[in-house]
Parts: sequence; C-alpha cells; structure tokens
Amino acid sequence: MSPRAKKKTAAPPRATANTDIEAMYRENILDHYRSPRNFGELPHPSFRQREANFSCGDDVDIQVLVDQKQRISKVMFNGRGCAVSQAAASLLTENAVGLTLVEASRLGLSDIAGWLGVDIGPARIKCATLALKALQAGITDYQKNHGL
Amino acid sequence: MKGMLSKKEVRQLRREFPMFAAQSRKPFVYLDSAASSQTPRAVLAAMDGFYKKYRANVHRGMYPASLRATETYEAARIPVAKLIGADPREIVFTRGATESLNLLAYTLSRRLGPGDEVVVSIMEHHSNLVPWQQLARERGFAVKFIGVTPDFQLDLAAAAKLITPATKVVSVMHVSNALGTVNPVEKLAALAHKQGAIMIVDAAQSAGHRPLDVKKMDCDFLAFSGHKMFGPTGSGVLYGKRSRLEELPPFLYGGDMILEVTRENAVWNEVPWKFEAGTPNIAGGIGLGAAAEFAIALDPAVIHEHELALARIAMAELSKIPGVKLYGPPAGSERGGVVSFTLGDIHVHDMANILGDQGVCVRGGHHCAMPLMRQLGINGTTRASFSIYNDTDDIAALAAAVRRAKKLFKL
Repeated sequence: MSPRAKKKTAAPPRATANTDIEAMYRENILDHYRSPRNFGELPHPSFRQREANFSCGDDVDIQVLVDQKQRISKVMFNGRGCAVSQAAASLLTENAVGLTLVEASRLGLSDIAGWLGVDIGPARIKCATLALKALQAGITDYQKNHGL
Repeated sequence: MKGMLSKKEVRQLRREFPMFAAQSRKPFVYLDSAASSQTPRAVLAAMDGFYKKYRANVHRGMYPASLRATETYEAARIPVAKLIGADPREIVFTRGATESLNLLAYTLSRRLGPGDEVVVSIMEHHSNLVPWQQLARERGFAVKFIGVTPDFQLDLAAAAKLITPATKVVSVMHVSNALGTVNPVEKLAALAHKQGAIMIVDAAQSAGHRPLDVKKMDCDFLAFSGHKMFGPTGSGVLYGKRSRLEELPPFLYGGDMILEVTRENAVWNEVPWKFEAGTPNIAGGIGLGAAAEFAIALDPAVIHEHELALARIAMAELSKIPGVKLYGPPAGSERGGVVSFTLGDIHVHDMANILGDQGVCVRGGHHCAMPLMRQLGINGTTRASFSIYNDTDDIAALAAAVRRAKKLFKL
C-alpha cells in the first residue's frame, strides 16, 4: 500500500455471530434429523455420490434416479453427521424430485436455507451444503458420462 | 495437594491476559486451552521488544542489534530447558510439536526397514501417528499400536508384549488431548530401553501444565508446542539427549545449520543449531522463553493442581446432567485438564455450535485422534479444557450451556 493510501481500509465482512440458535434447532430441523426422509439405499440408481466433511464427521451418500426426460424422479441418502447436514440432506431428497438436472445444478445455499427455514451462518455453511455438493458433483459426472 | 487457585488469584491472573479484556461480546468462557492457550502480557512484551528494539537476524551480524537478538534468542533456551529438566544445548527450537515429531520420524526412519517396528498408542494425535504410518510405507517397517483399556488407560500389559527386540522406536503421548489420560511414559521408556529402542514422548499437553523432568522420565526425545503453554503460535521444542541429537542426521538443510560447505560436501553445525536451518522464528523463540518463565514463576505443580481440580469439578457437574457420557479416566484418577463428553444424539458439531452461541468456547470433533474415536465407536466428543485463567464460574457456564443444548434437542 502506498503511504498516501487512505489509512482506513474497509473492515473485512464481520462473521455474523452464528445463526439464531433457537431457530436453528426448532422442530423442522430436529424432525428431519431424527426421522430423515428417503433414508437408505435406492435400488439401481442412475448415479450416486458421496461427500464428507471429515473434520466434523458429516458424511452423506446421495443416490439419484433420473427419468428419460433428465428429470430427477427419486433421491435417497445414507449418512451421518450433525443435525444441519442430515436435515439438509433429508430436505434435499424431497425438494430435488421433479427438477431437471440443469435446474438441480443451479440450487444454492439460499434454497437450502429456505427449506430449513433458517439463515445459515458461516460456521454451518459446509454442513448445510454437503448433500447439495454431493448431488451436484454427481450430476456433473452423470452429464459428462452421458454426453449431456 | 495444593488444590485450586482461589477466585481472587484467578481474577488477578486473568488481568495478565489482554484477550479477556478485549472481548466485547460477553461472556467469554474460554475452555479451549488444550487447542491453544491464551498469551500473557509478559510473552507479548518479550516479542514486542525484539520487533521494536533490536530487530535483526541472529548469529551473523556484527552490530549491536544482531548481537542482542542472538543473545536473547539463545538465552530463551535456558528457561525452556529448566521447565523440563534439560540442558539448554539440548533444546532445539521448531515450529511446534508437529514439526518436532516429523523431524524425528524422518531422521530416525532412515535407519529403519523391513522387520523393524515402531510402537505408538491408539490415542496418538495424528501428528505422532501419520508421519510414522507414511514413512512405514516408504521404508517397509511396521507400526504397532498399544490399545486402551475400558477405563481409558493405556494398556500397559499389552505394551510389554508389543515392545520386542524388533522395536526400534516407541513414541507415545504423555497426556491425551482427547481423553485427559496420563500415560506411564517412564515405564514405557524402561520397556523401550530394555529392547534397545528409542523412547519419544509427545508432551504437547503436559509441558507447562505439570512438572516435567526428562531425566527422570528417561526419554530420548520429547516434543511440545509453545502455543499450548502460553507461548506464541509457530514456536515449539524438540528436546533430545545430547548424545541422541548428535547421532541424528539433520532434517532440513540450509543456512545456520552448517559450518562449512564445498561443492560436494557440507559439515553440520553443532547441536542444537544443526536442526535449525534457515533464519529461525526469532520472536517466537524469545516469546517461548518468556512463556516458560511465566509457567516456572507460577509453578507447573500449581498449574497442574488447578487444572486437575477444575477437570474433576467439571466431570462432577456434567455427570449431573442426564444423558451425558464422559470419555476419559474416572474421577479420582490422575488426569490432564481436559474433559471429553457426548450427550444423547446431539452431534458434537451441534453441541459446540450451541455452546459457542452462549460464549462457551469448546472444541467438538475427533481432536486429531480419528483411530481412537473409531475404536471408541464415536465420531467425536465435545471437549472442555482448563487453564489457570479458568475458575468454577466457567464450569457453571459450561453446565448451563450444555443443559440448554439438551433442551433445544428436547432430550
């Protein structure tokens, strides 16, 4: 920095203190954590993809069935981890059905936050997006393998 | 037993740590000292002095600032040596316990090959496991694991069987960062030496936290980090018996570690400088010396008694919460200042997040001991760890925060 540069530099974006903790663990998330939807093994999936955050022990294995019109017709998952990662995976298996692969590959953090019904602070972004990351990595591979 | 420091003494000690005054978000209940301790003014001032008053490189300059930097950096070995009962010439400054342990694994494994064995424990921090594991694949030697008993103690009977004439190195942590277990390193050293093996102690959780005497322990090498004992990050120590350091080849090559270089050859500097290639972390070394002085002035026995007392109270308080499961030696046994626990189906990451939201700073996860977690059948624990700036109010805050997590999870 030149000596003439303004002394006051922009402060880095302040990590918001975490998400509102009460909202984070309200009924919806706990329910999906304790009773995950579409949990288990999908017979003959079109593709499957595993992603893990080893540092916190979150692990998600997504299995996807794609129909002839390249629409997602069924999603199941196996995994373990924190309430946020598992609830997000469970909600993804419900919300991704009916989307085309292109639509699903455009999903982002804000969609997940919407399903979870809570803002996701920086400390939990990796948890919230783990299942989506698996789904989207799987879609990329699937598209490549099928010349899509 | 001298017992715990009084609340007044703790209050006075907290004033030595600017971090506590700097927190705008109250409360700040810092229970993560096993990961990294806070830094007292004396350590900050020592490092500041170097940067502000005599900032120059060491060992070469013929001018006052460089001479003073050299003198102060070298003098920092004296309190560090005193802290563990060593000679200052046996103190090698490193970046931390991880580098010290890598240094040992890389240099010692040059002599190892098929048929040789290195014995570690299942409790080891990854830094004392992965270097051996990876070098074993390169060099063809084997790594053997001493297990833990159901009450979270090192299985000494198994160790006695595992350490054989094939054993060339025994490398075990002194105090477990995940469980608080204190390992019988003196007994292990005797078993190792009986077979002609080298004994390494990872003292990352014990140096500066309890009295240490490398002569009594009779270890050949001992490794620890500065930042877990009031020192700066990026500072650490490798202690080695003088004769052991002399017979060990260098780890890193470069300036400072060398006496004479020709096109084909080089003559190594004497120990400890043989192992300090390049310009060292001068401020870090000076800060580490000040941290050792700080710990000595407090008395490592007093630090230990305080941490132990707090750990026992925390175990008792957490045990009152239905569903809490403690992982570590039972109350009453010798232990370090860490308390590891789980609660029902609350994932450790959720627990740490909820506690953090209430200003209670703990660690949740595998604590860089994944093989141990796997053996225990869990993916991690929540860990509270104590230092001299903690008191029973911090434990009350911890217990309250854990109860809140329990309530949020409707347990």
